[in-house]
Amino acid sequence: MSGNRFNAWSNHGIGIGLRIPHYAHIFSRKPVVDWFEIISENFMVDGGRPLAVLDQILERYRVVQHGVSMYFGSVTAPDPEHLRRLKTLVRRTGTPWLSDHLCWGSVDGTYTHDLLPLPYTWEAVERTAERVRIVQDYLEIPVAVENVSSYAAFTASEMTEWEFLTEVVERADCGILLDVNNIYVSSVNHEFDPMEYVNAVPAQRVAQLHIAGHSRYEKYILDTHDHPVIDPVWQLYARAIQRCGPTPTLLEWDDRIPSFDEVHAEAKKAERYLLDYAAQAEEVTA
Amino acid sequence: MTAQPTSLSEIQRAMADAVLQPLTADDSMQATGARGERMEQVAASFIAPNMRLTAFERLEIYNRQYWFRVLDSFAEDFAALRTILGSHAFHRLSVAYLTTHPSRSFTLRNLGAHLVAWLIANPQFAGRRHALAVDAARMEWAFVEAFDNAEHPPLTSDQIAKLDASSRLALQPHVQLLALAYPADNLVLELHRRDERQAGEAGLNHDNAELPPARLPQFRRRSTWVAAHRVDNSVYYLRLRREEYLTLAAIRQGHALADALEAGFIGSPLPVSRRPSYVRQWFARWAELEWICAPPLESFITS
Repeated sequence: MSGNRFNAWSNHGIGIGLRIPHYAHIFSRKPVVDWFEIISENFMVDGGRPLAVLDQILERYRVVQHGVSMYFGSVTAPDPEHLRRLKTLVRRTGTPWLSDHLCWGSVDGTYTHDLLPLPYTWEAVERTAERVRIVQDYLEIPVAVENVSSYAAFTASEMTEWEFLTEVVERADCGILLDVNNIYVSSVNHEFDPMEYVNAVPAQRVAQLHIAGHSRYEKYILDTHDHPVIDPVWQLYARAIQRCGPTPTLLEWDDRIPSFDEVHAEAKKAERYLLDYAAQAEEVTA
Repeated sequence: MTAQPTSLSEIQRAMADAVLQPLTADDSMQATGARGERMEQVAASFIAPNMRLTAFERLEIYNRQYWFRVLDSFAEDFAALRTILGSHAFHRLSVAYLTTHPSRSFTLRNLGAHLVAWLIANPQFAGRRHALAVDAARMEWAFVEAFDNAEHPPLTSDQIAKLDASSRLALQPHVQLLALAYPADNLVLELHRRDERQAGEAGLNHDNAELPPARLPQFRRRSTWVAAHRVDNSVYYLRLRREEYLTLAAIRQGHALADALEAGFIGSPLPVSRRPSYVRQWFARWAELEWICAPPLESFITS
């Protein structure tokens, strides 16, 4: 893997999310996994089983933290207690970079626990970039922001989502966690060409990639992380790898979770695209 | 006419108001908001429709997602309370509680932090089983706290042996002291086992299954004192004598040891001559379970 400054020049390959139903398998079988992504909030506690499990995982595996409630786009200031606990966890895991979502989800101290979309306005660009900078400075590690799936668009928006993403990361000088499944879901819900999005992303800032499955309803698609990755999403992934080079990749599977082996096998399908990239690179060199 | 929110803060407050508003009985977004505004107009004031979905329908997706998520999480934390009340009454209670106390924390873990106090103040949501429901809520919230609260280095047996009347101690943060109206501890544990069994055997997602209030064994009100605590990362409940409970509660409040013991024996029928042997037994047990630790440094700082 070729790293960049947004993932601390890491050589992380293909990882999977650390999920409770897989704990017994992981501890008894000790499978070879390049790295696990953890949901930071599940481990931002003071003691007990969550931290004991995490310490056991850290003895054998590399861990990267992914958050779900930093809400970079919220207008109210970050909760100092949240930041303090997050930094404590960062020190514990030694995560080389940390990601959270380009969204909002709390206002005036009330939390929705959802990844709510932002209006793509210049005001949102400024505020979001400022908050990313504050968090990144405080945590003292690279931060990557993830594009979310969305089901609503705002009348106030002044640019496309990919233009918004680019403006935020350039101003915050941060990385991108590019979720190609989220791009696909939003492209169906908002009727845009997902390949245009992937082609527009500043590739040099992509720290990590996410792949996942979703659920299709009559009038929209929901990002449910409960199915295998579909072909159109693999195509977006292949294009992202072409543009970004081999990049740490994580399969998300959070609901109706199948066996560890099934999840791992699905994630390992990404290897094919990484090998294709390597073969093409060799051809060019030859 | 609904004013159009234009700034980021106006948009976020308008959207949060809509998302946090309870759903209708058939899990749809309500047609009118809390101030009587038409939600169709509210949604259209900041959400753009597309060819397949109106602004209202797009906003409704987030309204539904919010409630499904918090109700699922709440039901998971209070499974015994749900069984005692039945799924219908529990749903009413959950929506009312979460409307009064929406999450104020970055983590869903803290969703039930105010439930006991809220349920005491709102008995109409539990009906005839109110006192038992409060006990169940106490037990289940204690589990949340005992599960992942901190564990500090305990006092050693040697340190405990050197304590004197003026010593001030602290309890491990994971130790939760409960004063119950019923001997509800065994019932709650049995309901948890039953819930897990049903989910396992029938493949039921307990959050979605319709359950009437559970048939419960006959049992009388009897004051019961319990500690929820953690050993080897598992949570256990331990019955306490009233005197032991009161002593531990006084220690937690920061009283000096002599004062804590005095508080423990107020109104006690135990003969004075037998009290020292009880105290020795308690300390032996607390030492074994590593419940006692040093108070935090800041507690020594006086203004």
